[in-house]
This record gives sequence, structure tokens and C-alpha cells, in this order.
Amino acid sequence: MVRVPARGQEMTFEVSRRSLLKGMVGAVAAAGLPHSTRAEGPVVKSDVFSVLVDIPRCIGCRACMRGCQRANDLDAPQDLMDMEHLESRLEPTHNLWTVVNREGVETRRHVKRQCMHCLEPACVSVCPVAALHQTEAGPVLYRESRCIGCRYCMVACPFDVPRFEWNNGLTPVIGKCQFCASQRLFKGLPPGCVEACPTGALKFGRRDEMLFEAKARVHARPDVYVPHVFGEEEVGGTSWLYISDVPFEKLGFKKNLPKRPLPSLTWDVVSWIPGIVAVLGSLFGLLAFNLSRKTHSPSAPKDEA
Amino acid sequence: MIGWLFLTAVAGVLGWLAVSYGLGRPPRHGLSWAAGATGALWAVTAVVLAIRFTRGMGVMTHMTDVNPWGIWVGFLQAGVALSGGGFVMAATVHIFHIKRFEPILRPVVLLAFLGYVFVALTLFIEVGRPYNLWHPLAMWQHHSIMFEVAWCVTLYLTVLAVEFSPAVLERLGYGRAVEALHRAAIPIVILGVILSTLHQSSMGTMFLIVPQKIHPLWSSTLLPVFFLVSSVAVGLCVTVVASFYAARIFGKTLDRWLLADLARAASMVLFLYAALRLVDVSARNAWGRFTDPGWLGGVFLLEVGGGALLPAFLLSRRAVRDRPRWTVAACLPVLAGVVLNRLTVSWLAMVPYTGPGYFPHWMEVSVSFALLTGVAVVFGVAVRTLPVYPAADSPSATILPVRG
Repeated sequence: MVRVPARGQEMTFEVSRRSLLKGMVGAVAAAGLPHSTRAEGPVVKSDVFSVLVDIPRCIGCRACMRGCQRANDLDAPQDLMDMEHLESRLEPTHNLWTVVNREGVETRRHVKRQCMHCLEPACVSVCPVAALHQTEAGPVLYRESRCIGCRYCMVACPFDVPRFEWNNGLTPVIGKCQFCASQRLFKGLPPGCVEACPTGALKFGRRDEMLFEAKARVHARPDVYVPHVFGEEEVGGTSWLYISDVPFEKLGFKKNLPKRPLPSLTWDVVSWIPGIVAVLGSLFGLLAFNLSRKTHSPSAPKDEA
Repeated sequence: MIGWLFLTAVAGVLGWLAVSYGLGRPPRHGLSWAAGATGALWAVTAVVLAIRFTRGMGVMTHMTDVNPWGIWVGFLQAGVALSGGGFVMAATVHIFHIKRFEPILRPVVLLAFLGYVFVALTLFIEVGRPYNLWHPLAMWQHHSIMFEVAWCVTLYLTVLAVEFSPAVLERLGYGRAVEALHRAAIPIVILGVILSTLHQSSMGTMFLIVPQKIHPLWSSTLLPVFFLVSSVAVGLCVTVVASFYAARIFGKTLDRWLLADLARAASMVLFLYAALRLVDVSARNAWGRFTDPGWLGGVFLLEVGGGALLPAFLLSRRAVRDRPRWTVAACLPVLAGVVLNRLTVSWLAMVPYTGPGYFPHWMEVSVSFALLTGVAVVFGVAVRTLPVYPAADSPSATILPVRG
């Protein structure tokens, strides 16, 4: 079962032991910094909150968008969020966290986009202040009070999800789907978008259940579905899963995404840093003091100049 | 449009002055021309900054959610690289004890310090919530390379200030403090060199998280190495160019043999850098994407060929190294090449992924330009008021009179 913390209870963050033991940085972090986030140690992949999106079942009514606005008290202009405006393409913004667009005119399919809530999120690993962090239950959340607005999360996100409040001079925020975590999920309610969906195109549950459901549907109708669950393996797996009757790349899904979790790409280098510091420090130290003795001793020849 | 014309005019005036000073034929009232152009630039930029902090970046930049990093990040990266002279020369003098370079160490350290000030000021404008910039120092997230960058910038700025402080203390007559600092020079320099090594390379590490967004000619796991090596090369070249111009504009003495030695070292590092880049592209079988799109292939040629290979060859010739003016002319493409490289990794090489949606607003360029001229003016003031350069009668090898 999903471990849902009681209302008001602080989420705790597990710090992976391997990362902590890596050298100096880890030692200092262990010495008294409780806020280390789990940037690398994966969540229990089968256990996280998850949503399955069944693309052929979506009629493009955009009720999920309005549900999202309601659930999160967002103030994006609502005039285009109706079915009759499907011709006009909408892009997510800092206060419009999910959009449904008709993707590919000839296919007439509608695709809902929002944060994929990666199991090993790149945004969390790059954020220098842990403004973005991952809860044990899976959702990747944003804490405005910590954010410095560097926008590295936007660059790093393989799905280009985080959005910036460009027209705010001093207090711009990063906006992205919060999975309705604090106001709904942790109270035992489904996300606002799922609750609003009238056709069953969105299904909410545990990730292993949703993955099983996805594969069962694909397996039951091989004549309809393409044999791929988007999000099962992309960038190490995502909480949101998609199945489709049209090849995913025709619907604007990213292709060529590595299966390897992205944070490891940086961590491969970052984890070397304590070692590099130690090696360079001793090397330069030895060099500097030895050469200094040589240049200062009277018997040694003067500078090679 | 008017904004771009204005910026072009300012750049034209300053560029013309730079060329004429470089050729040794400074125009009459040259410095008042420079002051006029710079003053106008600063006045306009003050208005631009007021817009930035009231109405937000959306109004005065062309950054969007698709292109969240604009030219400021590229210039910031270039600023870090061009400050590379500081750690290269500090290591040469205080770690490898090649003491004949000591006379030019102070101006180079000052230059690096001002380069990092440029970087820090750019950051204050570039991030959305600058008043939170201290957060990485308190709220640790040691998996983030940006966290490491924040620490490196802060610590290294401090180290550079300490390294330069003897010039200020001498001027103020605190002889004993200078002596104490001199005794602590080696540990301070070692700390600075380590911080620089980390920081220069982490500027490249920042882009390892997006291999699928960067064009294959640049998307390499060796990015940290490339950024480090190119910063050493460009650091040497900046030292050459800056020493030359300081001599021309401020009437300081110029040791041409030091310049020639620097140029030879730069040539070797540049050959190494170019070889690494070419081997890397070959090893990843990325040549097939050279003309996809063609203009990026052109950028690669300009950057690696024009900015590294060609200058490496020129600087390896004795005929070039023996003439300060030619040496400077061969070093300038290196500066341009590294700036282009940083702009490419942070912007141009991502255009095939993001689409051609971004071209900097003139106000973005104006901010960077104003910061750059500001830093240059502070350098000039420091050279005139502080003992940055050794006194003209100091015994620093063969002195070349550069006037005329």
C-alpha cells in the first residue's frame, strides 16, 4: 500500500547510504544537515502514486484542466479550457500545470501533458537548494520559499515541464504539477484531474497496479494499442504512464530518451569531487613546498629563467 | 531596432579605440570618447535593470519556457573561462615557482577577480530571486552541480580578493599585513587553484544532464575536461592580451619575453584542446551529424579550427611570438573562440532541440555589455591608484618600451 502520512505530518526523506558514504561531502552532510534529499536513491518504484493515461479513451473535453485549476487554486484564464476551443493549442505555464491538446490532425488524438513525476527526477538532482524534492510516496514537489530562480530544473527536465513566471520582477515562481499531493493525495483523495475525467481516460492507483493495468489493456487489444507503455522505462521510469493506439512519436512524445536515470550522469562526476580535491591538494602541496625549498636554498641554481 | 543600433554604436566606438590603441596610434581625446560611450551605455542599462526588477524578465529578455537560459548564462560561462588567467598564473608563480612571471601576477589576479565580479553580478540579475542567492550556502543539496558552482564562486571570489589584497594593503601602508599574507601565499594559492579547477570543469558538468538536448558535436561526457583545458588556454591568452593593452593604455612596461613564453604555453595547451575535441567527436562517431544542420558544423569549424587550431599553429611560430602585436593578434581569436564555445554549449547547440525561438533581446546584451565595461573601468582605476604593476625601475628582465 502507499504509505500516506497523517495530515500535517512532515514527510521524511531517506538519504541513500551509498551516496552519503561517498567522501567528504557526505560526511559533512551526515554531520548535521537533515535536509539532504533523495536525489539519487530511487523510491520504491512499485509503491508510488501513479496515473495511467489511456489516450484512445480521451475525448479532449479538458475537464481535467479545469479540475486542476480548482484543486490547486490556480488563476490561469479559463476561457480556452473548453472542448470547443480544441483547435487552439495550449501550452503549460507557471499557473497552468496541465494541458490537453489535439496532437496530430489526422489522428485526432488528444494528449494530456503534465509533470511525469519521474522516479529519479533530474530536476530534483540539479536543484541547488532542494526547492524541488521528491516525497517518499513519489510526487515531486516545489517549495517556493527555497527557490533562487536559477531555472536549472527547466533545462534539466527531459520532458520540459517546469515553467517560470516570466512577468514577475522579484518573486517569480516555478510552476509545475504537484500531483495534488498535499491537498488531496495525502488525504486519501485522487488528483483533481483524475476526479474530473468523465471517460475513464485517467486512472489513479499504485504504480505496479497501473503498470499491470496498462499491460493488460495493451495485451487484451493488440489490434488497437501499440505495444509500449510510455513511462515504464523512460529516464528510469515515471509515475505517469501512457498507453496509445497511435505511435507515441506521432503524438509529440519525446523519443530517444535514455532508459538510464538522468541524475546518474551528473553524479558520476560530482561523486569524484572529494577525491579530486584530496589528490590536487596533496599534489600541489608537495610540489609547492618542495620547489619552494629548492628555489630558496643557496646551493640550488637560480630560477630557470 | 533602435536598441541594437545604440549598442552597435557603443561597441563600434569602443572597438575602434581598442584597435587604435593596439596599433599604437591612440586618437586625440580617445579616453573621453570612451567615457561618453560608456556613460550612455550605463544610463540606458540603468533603465533596463529597473524594468527587469519591476516587470520581470519576460519583458526585457527573449527567454521563454522553451529557452529558459539565454545569453546571460553563456556570457557568465565565458566570464568564468576568461578569468582562467588568475589560477593559471597563480599556480605558475606560487606552486611551480617559476618566479619570473611574478611581475604580471597581480594584474592577472585583479583581472580574474573582476571577471568573477562580472559573473556574480550577472547571476544577481539572471536568477529570478537574487535575494535568495545565499540559499545554497545554507540549504545543502550536494547532488547538484549548481550547488557546487555556488560554493566555488563564493569561495573563489573570496580567495581572489585575498590574493589581490596586498596591493590595497601596500597602498594603505599596512606592511605587516602584507608580510603575513606573503607567508600564507602558498596555501591560499593552492586553495584557489583547486577551487578554479573544480569550478571551470563544473561549468561543463552542468550540461551532462541533458545529453539528448545538445547537438552531438558538443554533447560529450568529456565536457568538464574540455571546459577546464580551454580555460587554461584562454587564461594564458587573456594574460597576453591584457598585459599588452595595459602597457599601451596605462603606459606600463611590457616584458616581451614573458609574453612570448605565455604564447608558447598557450600554443601547446591549444593543440591539446583541439586534439581532444577532434578525438572525442571521432570516438563518438558524431562526424555524420556535422552538416545536420550545416550552420552548426560551421560553428564547430569556427570554434575549434579558428579559435584553437589556427591560433595554436600561429603561436607555435617564433616569428609570431617575437612580435608582441602579432602575438596579441593570434591570441584574440582564442578569446573569441572560447566565448563562442560557451555560447554554443549553453545555447546554439540546443537550437535543433528547442527550435530557433531564442535570439537575445538587445536589453539582455546591454546588461552584459554594461557590466563588462564597468569591470574594465574598475580595472583602469585600480591600475592608476594601486601598486598593481611593478614600478618601472624594478628589475623585471628585459623591458620593452612600448610607446611609439
